[in-house]
Amino acid sequence: MKVSELKDMIEARSLTPDVAEDKEVTCGYACDLLSWVMAHGEEGMAWVTVQTHLNVVAVAALAEMACVILPEDVVMEEDSLTKAASEGLCVLTSRLTAFEICGRMAGAGVPAHG
Amino acid sequence: MEELFRITYPVKAADYVTAGQASTDIKRKLKQLGVGGDVLRRVAVASYEVELNLVIHYLGGELCLTVFEDAVQLVSSDVGPGIADLSMAMREGFSTANEEARSLGFGAGMGLPNMKRNADEFDIQSEVGKGTTITMRFRLS
Repeated sequence: MKVSELKDMIEARSLTPDVAEDKEVTCGYACDLLSWVMAHGEEGMAWVTVQTHLNVVAVAALAEMACVILPEDVVMEEDSLTKAASEGLCVLTSRLTAFEICGRMAGAGVPAHG
Repeated sequence: MEELFRITYPVKAADYVTAGQASTDIKRKLKQLGVGGDVLRRVAVASYEVELNLVIHYLGGELCLTVFEDAVQLVSSDVGPGIADLSMAMREGFSTANEEARSLGFGAGMGLPNMKRNADEFDIQSEVGKGTTITMRFRLS
């Protein structure tokens, strides 16, 4: 599934409109502890978190994730979004809760590991 | 073994805004040198963890990247405070991170174990009051 398809499925919108949404989502994850995510992050991962500071972008970009998903209409600070755009990282925000987002991803067959 | 490239990054203590810049630059430089795939990802993860350790725990220090023909080496050295109990520090889930670090989502106690897991060789030397040196090597196959 591509990021663009995932975006529609979880009723999200992109906060990084200039970033292409063609990356393949290979797995999903939900966690707000950055060091935990660093240990378990994978390439192609769609990561659900309410954290929005600059280090979220660093972790996602270094692990080569497909996108970051912010639940419950959380928005990200401008400087984080600027950095995400420069790293080619797509940031989505959805009105759904993290639980609902993960439920829809799992239901569509997105696995926990790529 | 021939050294192809070397660069040293100073890392400031408690500067969460610039945290991750050295790791991002290391990843970019390695890409330019033709390092890719699994090794690049492992170096990126380990360099970020060690950089964040310098920011969170130490009184500042530096991160040195050396690229050899057959390996990538990362050496982190700081000026203190040093680690009193290395075996506890290496345990997953053990953390001495402060409230500020924890509020940003750090301090899960995964840093050192995660470095060890991602590096092909991992060495840590520490003395309280003096400082800590972490050396990691990643083989280029």
